Amino acid sequence: MGKFFAVVLTIITLLSAYFVVAHTWWMPVDISVHGPGVDHQLEETMLGSGILFVLSQLVLAYFVFRFGDSKGARKAKNFPGGATPLIIAAIVLVGIEILTLSFVGSKVWAAIYFTPPEPGSMHIDVQAEQFAFYFRYAGPDGQFGSLHPDKIDDGNGNYFGLDPANDVAARDDIVVGSLTIPVNKPILLTLHAKDVGHSFYVRELRLQQDFVPGIVIPLHFTATQTGKYEIVCTQLCGLGHYNMKAYLEVLPQDQFDTWLKSQSQ
Amino acid sequence: MDHGSAQPAVHHMTPPTTFIRKYVFSLDHKVIGLQYYGLALVAVFTGMVLSWFMRIHLGWATAAIPLLDKLSPNGAPGGVITPEYYLSLLTMHGTIMVFFVLTNAPFAGFGNYFLPIQVGAEDMAFPKFNMMSFWVTFVAFLVLIAAFFVADGPPISGWTAYAPLSAVGGDSGPGEALGQTLWGLSIAIFCVGQLLGSLNFIATTLDLRTKGMTLAKMPLSTWAWFVTACIGLLAFAVLLPACILLVLDRIAGTSFFIPGGLVISDKLQPHNGGSPLLWQHLFWFFGHPEVYIAILPAIGIVSHILPTFTRKPLLGGQRVVIGCMVAIGFLSYVVWGHHMFLSGMNPFSALLFSVPTLIITIPATIATLIWLGSIYGANIRFTTPALFCLGFISVFISGGISGFFLAQPSIDTYLHATYFVVAHFHFVMGVAAIFAIFAGTYFWAPKMWGRMMNETLGKIHFWLTFIGVYAIFMPMHYLGLAGNVRRYSAFVDDYLVPLIPVHKFITVAALLTGAAQLIFLYNLIHSRFKGPKASDNPWDATSLEWDTTSPPPFDNFGGRHLTVYHGAYEYGVAGSKGDYVMQTSPEKIVGES
Repeated sequence: MGKFFAVVLTIITLLSAYFVVAHTWWMPVDISVHGPGVDHQLEETMLGSGILFVLSQLVLAYFVFRFGDSKGARKAKNFPGGATPLIIAAIVLVGIEILTLSFVGSKVWAAIYFTPPEPGSMHIDVQAEQFAFYFRYAGPDGQFGSLHPDKIDDGNGNYFGLDPANDVAARDDIVVGSLTIPVNKPILLTLHAKDVGHSFYVRELRLQQDFVPGIVIPLHFTATQTGKYEIVCTQLCGLGHYNMKAYLEVLPQDQFDTWLKSQSQ
Repeated sequence: MDHGSAQPAVHHMTPPTTFIRKYVFSLDHKVIGLQYYGLALVAVFTGMVLSWFMRIHLGWATAAIPLLDKLSPNGAPGGVITPEYYLSLLTMHGTIMVFFVLTNAPFAGFGNYFLPIQVGAEDMAFPKFNMMSFWVTFVAFLVLIAAFFVADGPPISGWTAYAPLSAVGGDSGPGEALGQTLWGLSIAIFCVGQLLGSLNFIATTLDLRTKGMTLAKMPLSTWAWFVTACIGLLAFAVLLPACILLVLDRIAGTSFFIPGGLVISDKLQPHNGGSPLLWQHLFWFFGHPEVYIAILPAIGIVSHILPTFTRKPLLGGQRVVIGCMVAIGFLSYVVWGHHMFLSGMNPFSALLFSVPTLIITIPATIATLIWLGSIYGANIRFTTPALFCLGFISVFISGGISGFFLAQPSIDTYLHATYFVVAHFHFVMGVAAIFAIFAGTYFWAPKMWGRMMNETLGKIHFWLTFIGVYAIFMPMHYLGLAGNVRRYSAFVDDYLVPLIPVHKFITVAALLTGAAQLIFLYNLIHSRFKGPKASDNPWDATSLEWDTTSPPPFDNFGGRHLTVYHGAYEYGVAGSKGDYVMQTSPEKIVGES
């Protein structure tokens, strides 16, 4: 029985590790300035905990194989050195791992969430609702119109609750259903939720942030590669949650300028 | 420290005679323990069948599931699950499993049955509270299940019930009308039951220990139930008011969790001033300790059973594992924010919550090394409970290690809300705890029913389950790494469609592993009535539950007042007649302090 346990556990362990080592399923290519830090942190953690996983499963398999019932033929032994060295090893090794991960990881986290957006960032307002994202650009005047929840009227395309009749700044605001941005330009998003909680997740940007009703949450990033990517909702928001998505289009600056111009007409 | 005071005669030594007092409204902790266990058994099979429906839908979105349209004509017209009914199944699966299985079975079930016996008491400190705690829990279960039968269907907001989705009523979606209110009431009632139970566990452990049963001599399972009760007393005391406030938001027009200016279903909501993050803080202040309410009894049960089958005490004695459990208990209160790294709370606090979360891995690692070190040099008896203990160690390692990733905000920003999280908590909290429940069932069934379970069926059950859970949950890590979002009823995004074959594999594995549980159910029921009679101490074990008949008499020890001389794990004792010494044996052990 011990032998069988060891064989099964070894196969499970090696098979589990294989798909990670082979990157059969893995993160897509990163397209953000802060992303390499996230990838590095994840890969370092994978290396450390992967070794720990394989090692401890194989030790378990070996011990179970080696120390099955001998029906009295073998005298029971204690682990050499007793518990103290194991406890010290656990505290020191795991402690060092934790300190290293926290120290390096904090910097990565800080680079995304502590730093203010770069001066001159392009500001885009985001409204999340059941079950769509809408994006608002300030228009030629560079000013966002103010928001009035009572004016929200999806039927007439007023997703943000603008009041162009009384609010000059709102008149040229551009509201669209996908996020189009220029490449290599710092972007500042301000996240609003119209109804319930949602979340903004773009795998390629290595970025995720909840929308919380009642508060406006800033989020900033810089995309480094052009292309079309999916923005999906990751906070359970109701029956259409699975289908709540938008596209992120990263364009060269000149194409972006043309696009923006076409939108204001 | 001798605990010499006379025990209060909680039963007055008169066994009940009527059926109702004996089996229904019983004051006997053993009957109450079995009632909890039975409720958990009904709950776990219900939860498992719900997960089958979900898995089938995730693999084959248009599949018609037989009979499901009869159960829910609206939720699954023609047997095909609608997106909202998928979320209902998800919500009910999570709620049933976390509350009515993982809290009920290892803690309330086994704890009620064995804690008083393991400390040498006749019953719990407050038998009437004990009876109430079960029946309150039973009512909570009925209220929750009632949500399946209301017009609008069960709630869709997940077991975490994030506001405002869960707080504004029917406007936010189907199932968010009466179904969600029933959910809130059910959990509030459940909290009352747990609070009564926790008080009872603590008082019994501290006050009703028999002569010589010092805290240091208590079995590790009892230690685990004691620490868990302390955690539960604080955790459920926070969830209870949180649920009351949620229900008030829903039915009394208050705005604890709902801010102003929300437009839902084209209606401006009549609320103002509340905070969705307040619900998250209250919920996770309970929710994270809850993880340990599920896993600490599992750690205790495995640490209790393992020495019986390795035939030697745990490496370093009991105090190392006790220390680990107490440390985990304390730390469980300062880590709740790791569920909220991306919730919009101050990003500085993410780092504050990350560090203690990572520190929890230290006591968890020590416990694991102690188990491994205890296997070294042993003579393992490969019984079914022993196999489930070994399996527990393996899945606990697998589930624990993925915690390294999620504890770090910088990685959580990618992996949060993906299947990586689903894999993590199912392994460490679900599967590990279930393995301990199985180990406990095979181990204690002879004591609880006086009959042995079938070993061959038990071993077949173990192997199918062990391989099965890895086939189900290991691939979920890969899905998470590929960014597969959880709580989606279908995968329509361009990058998710290629991952559907992995989901199909998981579905097949889940159905097969689920079917293997029928072997367990058959074994359990068949052995209960037809199994070979068990002796008083079939496993050659040392603690007090093996020092009485199988099953124990009404007052547990037939009027004997026990005196305890030894720790709970005197196995492989040199110079002793057997290879073990019972806790109550007056025999001297060379070198025992």
